[in-house]
Amino acid sequence: MSLVLEKTPMPSQDPKERIKNFDEVATGYTKEMALKEADRCIQCKKEPCRQGCPVEVDIPAFIAKIKEEDFEGAIKKIKEKNNLPAICGRVCPQENQCEKYCTLGKKGEPVGIGRLERFVADWQLETGRIEEPQIPESTGKKVAVVGAGPAGLTAAADLARMGHQVTVFEALHVAGGVLMYGIPEFRLPKEIVQREIDYIRKLGVDIQTNSVIGKIDTVDDLLEQGYDAVFIGTGAGLPYFMNIPGENYNGVYSANEFLTRTNLMKAYKFPEYITPIKVGKRVAVIGAGNVAMDAARTALRLGAEESYIVYRRAAEQMPARKEEIEHAEEEGVQFKLLTSPIEIHGTEDGWVKGMTCIKYELGEPDESGRRRPIPIEGSEFFMEVDTIVMAIGQGPNPLVPSTTPGLELKPKGTIVAEEGTGKTTKEGVFAGGDIVTGAATVILAMGAGKNAAKAIDEYLRNKK
Amino acid sequence: MYRIVAKKVLAPTIKLFEVKAPKVAAKAQAGQFIILRVDEKGERIPLTIADFNREAGTITTIFQEVGYTTKQLGCLEEGDSILDFVGPLGKPTEIENYGRVVCVGGGVGIAPLYPITRALKEAGNEIISIIGARSKDLLILEEEMEAVSDKLLVATDDGSYGHKGFVTDLLKQVLDEQEVQHIWAIGPGIMMKVVSETTRPYKVPTIVSMNPIMVDGTGMCGACRVSVGDETKFACVDGPEFDGHLIDWDLALRRMNIYKDEEKRAEAAGSCGGGCGCH
Ligand SMILES: Cc1cc2nc3c(=O)[nH]c(=O)nc-3n(C[C@H](O)[C@H](O)[C@H](O)COP(=O)(O)OP(=O)(O)OC[C@H]3O[C@@H](n4cnc5c(N)ncnc54)[C@H](O)[C@@H]3O)c2cc1C
Ligand code: FES
Repeated sequence: MSLVLEKTPMPSQDPKERIKNFDEVATGYTKEMALKEADRCIQCKKEPCRQGCPVEVDIPAFIAKIKEEDFEGAIKKIKEKNNLPAICGRVCPQENQCEKYCTLGKKGEPVGIGRLERFVADWQLETGRIEEPQIPESTGKKVAVVGAGPAGLTAAADLARMGHQVTVFEALHVAGGVLMYGIPEFRLPKEIVQREIDYIRKLGVDIQTNSVIGKIDTVDDLLEQGYDAVFIGTGAGLPYFMNIPGENYNGVYSANEFLTRTNLMKAYKFPEYITPIKVGKRVAVIGAGNVAMDAARTALRLGAEESYIVYRRAAEQMPARKEEIEHAEEEGVQFKLLTSPIEIHGTEDGWVKGMTCIKYELGEPDESGRRRPIPIEGSEFFMEVDTIVMAIGQGPNPLVPSTTPGLELKPKGTIVAEEGTGKTTKEGVFAGGDIVTGAATVILAMGAGKNAAKAIDEYLRNKK
Repeated sequence: MYRIVAKKVLAPTIKLFEVKAPKVAAKAQAGQFIILRVDEKGERIPLTIADFNREAGTITTIFQEVGYTTKQLGCLEEGDSILDFVGPLGKPTEIENYGRVVCVGGGVGIAPLYPITRALKEAGNEIISIIGARSKDLLILEEEMEAVSDKLLVATDDGSYGHKGFVTDLLKQVLDEQEVQHIWAIGPGIMMKVVSETTRPYKVPTIVSMNPIMVDGTGMCGACRVSVGDETKFACVDGPEFDGHLIDWDLALRRMNIYKDEEKRAEAAGSCGGGCGCH
């Protein structure tokens, strides 16, 4: 059998059409495409892809099942390790994980592992063949999970499967965390997230929304109320600003606000939905991660004529998933690289009218191993924009850490937790996801939730 | 769902709800607020806590019908429910015995001022309250405020009751007549700005309660940012109370108006906002 060096292309909506709607961009493989792509996998002995998966999915085995057209077998294989394949297949940075190590990648393109994962996950959702969960006998132990993002939901699901009684406390009015409020509908349909949440509820997990821990109850209150252990998965929800002049003019958003209004509150359906959002004609998004790409593409869909990514470093250094950058380019997002604003200007009545930017060049590598951007003196120029979205990163929200004495924190405010178990410095309290690592990925958050569930189970068994 | 257990009409456009939310009521303190969402399509709006009853498990909020959501809210009746109701949010007021305190309230701002005044009174302060409204029929909580104040002064813009003019006229007189250790002022943005300007030359610490646009109320979005001194603060978690002398008022007032046009569009398109027959 000869090697096929190219991935089976992913069908997607035409860029000209899709910037007028919020429907999913990549429409997913058909059965034929999936079989064709699975056939590219040579089932090599070394299985290097597996080492790239943070939750150790048995990738060659699930692809082998697809080859046999045993889709049910394939999804079962994935679900042994990954509770949220329909989500991970869509949002994992596969090019830095499993696909990075694929043997085929040495000669051509790696196998589209993410696309295949998504295919079988969607196949299961569509054919409705989801097993009714078996609820095991109760252990009589109670666990509180704080935050219903991927970390918290994964921990909750696994703990419920182990027979513990789990209550999830979520600050917002829906569960899902970033999957619901951050990542846009056109990349991750909310219905898919909702189905996963419904499934977790079926496992017997009680999800209490509108419950801000640190305000309604503290972690200590929960322990006193009879929870035997607490898992903290509150994410990295605190938006960073640049601290440059003019940042509070009307028309400057944090990416979190911009995306929350659009995704969670459905401002794109205003006035049917009551939450408004204001997008001008020329939008600049500062940053080049997934969050920035999501904001720049959302701006186009909300009617912006020009949408710019303004980024201090160079193209190779953009942290977003490759596919998101490609999609953004196809849709007409313009990239102003090696550029960053130093001041925002406003009109007399306080609305953004533009920003002064400065150009950068690349110097020596910094601590992160990336070449450090150095400002070029005298390169200042004016960029006319009327909306600015800051997507330069998020930190841990201090609400829980600051109200939980006994939790050791890192200087940036993340919680210190043992690798592999999530054990914190406080008895009975575990943590995982972005609140421990700082802003990272869905799959890492999920993996942390899984590991913590195991460690909590062990803790509860040994606890008298 | 959170049930409205009592509704009162305090003035033609000012309404009071007691909402059953036992967990919020258990922890609520003076100076804090809640965020609610009326229904699935609704926006999240903050309302300051006007009172709480831990035994009954209820939170009292008082609101003026000024935009789409507050009008929609005003259409609800006793027994109806609100979809989402989250709190208590923000930092509580720092209650201490400061000595002589002046509490200044304007319009619906008198509602959140009331529990603060009561707590300050209970802490042993001598309280001079100054409350005002556009006219007599819009003045709320006069009796309640009187009960927790050593002295109560009233102003109305049109002179239909009490002093004709602004609360700041009365405040200036009070400050000229006696030593005051602390001031709380809650009301429309412009009123709090003028109060802060009035008290600045007297160097009396002046605390205001900011009510910017909010979304989540947990420090996640930054919609609520206010400029305080040289720093940007998030009102939902760092406030809502700040030193009125340090606020960049022009900025704060402008940020409150970001969605003025959209507000009108929502009302024009909306099915409630007058269409429910109760306006
Ligand atoms: C716009 C955007 C796009 C992204 N794109 C990708 C992508 O393509 N691929 C990828 O792998 N990763 C992506 N990420 C990162 C990824 O979403 C996060 O790493 C992941 O969601 C972290 O999961 P978590 O469970 O730790 O936290 P979160 O998802 O942040 O969930 C935390 C939850 O806790 C709740 N909470 C916070 N404080 C409290 C409290 N005091 N009480 C109760 N509840 C509380 C929050 O409301 C939230 O629901 C993206 C992030 C953003 C913002
Ligand atoms: S309302 Fe979102 S941070 Fe304050």
